[in-house]
Amino acid sequence: MIIYGTALLAACHLVGIFLGDLLGQALGVKTNVGGVGIAMLLLIVARLYMQQRQILPKLTELGVEYWGALYIPVVVAMAAQQDMVAALRGGPVALLAAAITVVVCAGVISVINRSERGAHEPAPVPVLHDNPLLAEAE
Amino acid sequence: MIDILEKAAVHNGLVAAFALVGLIVLVSGQISRHLTFGRVHGSAIAIVIGLALAYWGGKVSGGHKGLADLSLFGGIGLMGGAMLRDFAIVATAFEVQATEARKAGLIGAVSLLLGTVLPFIVGACVARAFGYSDAVSMTTIGAGAVTYIVGPVTGAAIGASSDVMALSIATGLVKAIAVMVGTPIAARFLRLRTPRSAMVFGGLAGTVSGVSAGLAATDRKLVPYGALVATFHTGLGCLMGPSILFFATKALVG
Repeated sequence: MIIYGTALLAACHLVGIFLGDLLGQALGVKTNVGGVGIAMLLLIVARLYMQQRQILPKLTELGVEYWGALYIPVVVAMAAQQDMVAALRGGPVALLAAAITVVVCAGVISVINRSERGAHEPAPVPVLHDNPLLAEAE
Repeated sequence: MIDILEKAAVHNGLVAAFALVGLIVLVSGQISRHLTFGRVHGSAIAIVIGLALAYWGGKVSGGHKGLADLSLFGGIGLMGGAMLRDFAIVATAFEVQATEARKAGLIGAVSLLLGTVLPFIVGACVARAFGYSDAVSMTTIGAGAVTYIVGPVTGAAIGASSDVMALSIATGLVKAIAVMVGTPIAARFLRLRTPRSAMVFGGLAGTVSGVSAGLAATDRKLVPYGALVATFHTGLGCLMGPSILFFATKALVG
């Protein structure tokens, strides 16, 4: 049943948000602390557990993967409701912050990769996901 | 006629939003393929179109919620609202293969951590230099420099204003586009040759769309290695942004 997958996702989402709120309260801030991240970790753990016990049929997976594939469209909708008029008053902040970030990171990548010793034999290409819904999403 | 059509769209807001966003993605896919020859990823163009529509909506309505302030496009507010946004982001964690992730090992983890902290520091400092000196705004813009997802998720969690959120998304977006376009050009300087180097790149450059598009234009074989590490980027950022990084910023600037 495809709803099992969506329900699993919903349960992880709710528990994650709940734990995030709880963590926020424990830390004395009135905000959610990493709820989305906790929910993601829960989902990864749930998937591993269910795969090992072989109680994760393809249809259940699709119930989650459909929403994963919708993430770019949802982000597009999110972009379409931002306060751009106000943001553009801040103009150069975005450009400058992004440009400096890219330059700094490129420098660090270059330094780390220069430290790589010897030739590695090319490792087999890992399968990222077998979700046909995501073939073109990313 | 027009009235009936408009009424149908207003009464079925979320459905109309699905149709509109589908159209935007379709158009941006065509632009990506024919105008930029696949170099700029379709999803990045779609988001730019979304931001442009938000600007137009904000100008027309005078509100603060971009296109969602126009009653015809009210469904955009639900589709791109916090609930469905977080739901879709959590769902992407399902693609992460833990066994493959373990192979990325220590260097992947180190570059992931650096790739979260360094952009954050740069973004927060630039924000402060431009007068966004409160901890919430600095954190949100700094998080936006990590990825354009981490920015709004962090901002929403710590209560940032919508214009700061938009700035934070814009920062992440400019970064993603720069990574997509710049990677093939800088591949030699970055020493992008081996799977390990692609993992380091994926961890430090962030944004899955930026990394996968950038690597695809450099060497197709390297794409999964970079994307594998990069898929952890958003999760780590969402975990650290509203927590450790926010508290650290707050401790520093009060």
